[in-house]
Amino acid sequence: MSQVTEYSSKVMDHFSNPRNVGEIEDPSGVGTVGNAKCGDIMRMYLDIDENHVVRDAKFKTFGCGAAIATSSMATEHVKGKTVEEALKVTNKAVMEALDGLPPVTVLCSLLAEEAIHAALWDYATKNGITIDGLKPPVNDINETEEFYQTQG
Amino acid sequence: MDKLIYMDNAATTRVAKQVLDSMLPYFTEYYGNPSSAYTFAGRIADDVLKARGRIAEMIGAKEREILFTGGGSESDNWAIKGVADALKDKGNHIITTKIEHHAVLHTCEFLEKHGYEVTYLNVDRNGSVDLNELENAITDRTILISIMFANNEIGTIEPVKEIGEIAHKHGVYFHTDAVQAFGHVPINVDELNIDLMSTSAHKINGPKGIGFLYIRSGIKISNLIHGGAQEYSKRAGTTNAASIIGFAKAAELAAKNMDETIKYESSLRDRLIKRVTEEIPYSIVNGDLEKRLSNNANFCFRFIEGESLLILLDQNGICASSGSACTSGSLDPSHVLLAIGLPHEIAHGSVRLTISNETTIEDIDYTVDTLKRIIDRLRSMSPLYEDFVKKNREASK
Repeated sequence: MSQVTEYSSKVMDHFSNPRNVGEIEDPSGVGTVGNAKCGDIMRMYLDIDENHVVRDAKFKTFGCGAAIATSSMATEHVKGKTVEEALKVTNKAVMEALDGLPPVTVLCSLLAEEAIHAALWDYATKNGITIDGLKPPVNDINETEEFYQTQG
Repeated sequence: MDKLIYMDNAATTRVAKQVLDSMLPYFTEYYGNPSSAYTFAGRIADDVLKARGRIAEMIGAKEREILFTGGGSESDNWAIKGVADALKDKGNHIITTKIEHHAVLHTCEFLEKHGYEVTYLNVDRNGSVDLNELENAITDRTILISIMFANNEIGTIEPVKEIGEIAHKHGVYFHTDAVQAFGHVPINVDELNIDLMSTSAHKINGPKGIGFLYIRSGIKISNLIHGGAQEYSKRAGTTNAASIIGFAKAAELAAKNMDETIKYESSLRDRLIKRVTEEIPYSIVNGDLEKRLSNNANFCFRFIEGESLLILLDQNGICASSGSACTSGSLDPSHVLLAIGLPHEIAHGSVRLTISNETTIEDIDYTVDTLKRIIDRLRSMSPLYEDFVKKNREASK
């Protein structure tokens, strides 16, 4: 299937020129979510100020075009928001902002919300605060190291 | 986008000019139905028969053993379902491999729902079947062994002759899906002990929608497509004269240029493999390096995902394919890469580059240079690469 022709121009834009790629040194919160089997792993870094406002967000993503575009859009959505507002950023909102995704890649986009939550969880844990409605993240990466060990 | 570097010749090929020219008269001038009684049609039937004869000769078969179909998938379906049905009183067991094309795998899965038992053989790291495992899998209920000639993703050529020997020793039919091999490697059905063989024209610069199933005389097989008496009453449907003529022309050109093409493609393929593995860190070549189709290179690049790689290649004018989940339309990466033992995460980062005799050394170099740039970029965005680098930094402290 030709995904390239199925992606909206917004998806292609965020894939080709992703916003906020990278790392944040000593982040307020960082979360990694994803599943190696499904082929998508997303890491989100948040820099949050003393008023609990997201000052900066960065991401790194291993995944398809949809996953990368979604990550990029998700960072744009959380920037400038309070942690409570950031928690309310949904996959649906991110997807709509990208003018939709091809059906087969919708699953790849689910990670955006999870990544935001995981980073917020890390922030909350580090600072000993509770954010209403925030659940601990689930993380299930990595069969690869084993493969390389057995291959020598 | 001006530049187009077509590196997906295992998906399909360009129709050769000579092939197209050979076909055109059969659309507008010789459009009659070859099954009709009058001379106008009879002439076309003669041309089809000659085309059949040329193809038969190429693989050491008889005319009547070449049955034209709608392509590779139909040929695979026919071979497997047809033998399964014809021999249902003899047995219900089929042996195949885990790396077959879906035309074979899904046909076998279909038969499993109808009471047949299927053994899916493992393959080794290079994608080759184990002949002992094959022989041990044969029971007195086994009716068919279906093993591909050459793998479409990783290019590995299976030990077809030996597989056929084992099959015949046990009185079992041997079908091979030769869609990627026909016209690319020399095939003689007698020497290689082949009873049934699927092929397709569009992989060898012929038109799409035409293939044949070779059926050795005496093989018991039921029909798949019922209707008229075309193809010696074995496969119904108005004779696709233009496509058959085109297929025969493509096969003729492939046979004529085979030695030269293999030599040329192999040298380009080896340059591609050498440059990629030497210049791109954490890359792996998949498939057997010796027993391999001359047009196939398949790589995995650690820490990156195949679909995003394909999009970036596309933006640079390079057509390639990947075994990543997002390109397969499922959640799992390529079943072939998983069967050769790659973890999911690495299988997701695969790319297949399949060249042709039109590919140039400049195309190869441009592709490698582009890959290097793209992979650097995707790795700089990859959390897996970040972890790997940090881990190495820790370890070296």
